[in-house]
Amino acid sequence: MNQLPPYSQLRATLAIAKASLQSILRSPSAVVFSIAFPLVFVLVFGLLDNDGVRIDVGLHPDSDTATVSHQILKHTTYLNIEEGDTTLLFKELRKGSITAVIKVGKYNNQEIIEVVPSAAAIQSLPLLRSVLQGMVSGMNGKVLDHIKEHLANAQLNVPPTAFVKELSPINGRKYKMIDFILPGQLGFAVMSAGVFGTAFVFFSLRNTLVLKRFYATPLKRINIVLGEAISRVIFQSIGSTVLIVSGYFLFDFTLINGFSTFLLLLLLSIVGLIIFMGFGFIVSGISKSESSIPPIANIITLPQFLLAGTFFSISAFPPWLQVIAKVLPLTYLNTALRKVAFDGASLLAISSELTILAIWGVVVYILAARTFKWE
Amino acid sequence: MQEIIKVENLTKRYGSSVAVDGINFSVFKNEIFGLLGPNGAGKTTTLEIIETLRAKSSGTITVAGHDVDQAPNQVKSKIGVQLQAAGYYPSLTLRELIALFAGLYNVKVDHHHVLQSVDLLDKANSKFKELSGGQKQRFSICTTLINKPEIIFLDEPTTGLDPQARRSLWDLIKQIRNRGTTIILTTHYMDEAEYLCDRVAIMDEGKIITIASPIVLIDQLIASGFERTVEAKKATLEDVFLSLTGKAIRDL
Repeated sequence: MNQLPPYSQLRATLAIAKASLQSILRSPSAVVFSIAFPLVFVLVFGLLDNDGVRIDVGLHPDSDTATVSHQILKHTTYLNIEEGDTTLLFKELRKGSITAVIKVGKYNNQEIIEVVPSAAAIQSLPLLRSVLQGMVSGMNGKVLDHIKEHLANAQLNVPPTAFVKELSPINGRKYKMIDFILPGQLGFAVMSAGVFGTAFVFFSLRNTLVLKRFYATPLKRINIVLGEAISRVIFQSIGSTVLIVSGYFLFDFTLINGFSTFLLLLLLSIVGLIIFMGFGFIVSGISKSESSIPPIANIITLPQFLLAGTFFSISAFPPWLQVIAKVLPLTYLNTALRKVAFDGASLLAISSELTILAIWGVVVYILAARTFKWE
Repeated sequence: MQEIIKVENLTKRYGSSVAVDGINFSVFKNEIFGLLGPNGAGKTTTLEIIETLRAKSSGTITVAGHDVDQAPNQVKSKIGVQLQAAGYYPSLTLRELIALFAGLYNVKVDHHHVLQSVDLLDKANSKFKELSGGQKQRFSICTTLINKPEIIFLDEPTTGLDPQARRSLWDLIKQIRNRGTTIILTTHYMDEAEYLCDRVAIMDEGKIITIASPIVLIDQLIASGFERTVEAKKATLEDVFLSLTGKAIRDL
């Protein structure tokens, strides 16, 4: 018998990766969910841009809480009051995620509302001005009913007069809608590709005996999984690139450090994909039939889709919902993506997010190894 | 005759039930060996254990000089396996699938040549899902030939095919044997076993009841005094069907 050259697992693994990639590229659902769907969202939100009825403002910690203005500010429906230390507030102000920082004070029985607007959120400043003016003129005579009622409950005396003093704006980069929405869509694309793609493909490869046919070759079983994973990573990198590049050129998506930021975003989306593929393996392992894949996969993806800061900022949720949001892995992927894209955060700066993602990864793959069915 | 597969005292248990019950048999080089038996007799289990796809409970098996426990990868590289109703990546073309299997077996393959050997050259750029049932089975056999195996295993290769496609697959199987390959197949069609197999083993309830050539088995039965209740005609209904519809394959 003649001596054969040693069998190359790598060559066989890459053959699977290639075939699987060809297969994914011809699968309409993979292309739709990983590229088209998130791209449409980016386009829609990119075109909508900022248009909120509530204005986010920061309340300076040195504000006089005994003032009437303070009471009114806290209860007006037009403003979303954020509290925190000055470092945090001014950081938000520079990003434009709050329109202004407001400080309320009292001098000689006259209340002063000092407003430091953000140059990065100029578009909502006129609305803020009119809200504040309305408030002040209400205090100076024409008190609105609900305010009057509130003052009565608070057992306050006749409201003193007040005026608004607007200071020069704080400069900052403009934090646009696209800077919020695009990283969220990136996270969403990675999650749906990871969970749905993996679950369906492994279920059908197993059920149509493709996996078994592969077992009849000298390739190690784990390398079949690896080959499939390589092809998903390549495909998703193409998808993520399409998303980022179109956001950048069409809607001026912020890539703070240019190309290196782009590479870091790509790296994060691959990390996310690998973790979410673990969920996909679990779904393919516990699904009894092909039709039970979508409901099980939706149980995993839908809450994250809604709660992980994909479309809405988590800070808009009531506290109990925020607790749930802060458990989900997609929350941390989205946060990390946004920090990298807009703040130029390094891997070190997002290490807390990466740590939580890594914990999720370990837990998910332990479960996946226990539920995975080879045949 | 040279033994290419040797199965000794093979047993497979699932919990308390016994799927394969201490069977012994050998397959000789370059023969077509049939494994026959009703559903649940243990045919597929036996094949899959020899193919290294399933663990056995006890016994020893040697395939092409290699023990399946000691050297499963050497066994895998010497055999070709066709599974009952196996799929592939359905949206890949035959050419791409052959490239995939060439990679899996670490061999260089001319897709032209292998597709021609199963009469599918004109389908090289068709997707697997676009093939007819007979073409799918021929392609499935084609993938078993890619590593130039010494032995190929065919599990019910003609189930579900029309008479034309069945006959064409029979021709293909004989051709492959004539090129020097040993073939083990399972089937539920006795006419198929009689036409193709040099020897058959009949299994029931996990045991091999008898092993011999089809002619010897028929002669033994006749010698025991068996008579058909109706005298066989010189032609069958299948002969009628084929003479009326022609032998050309109806694959589109």
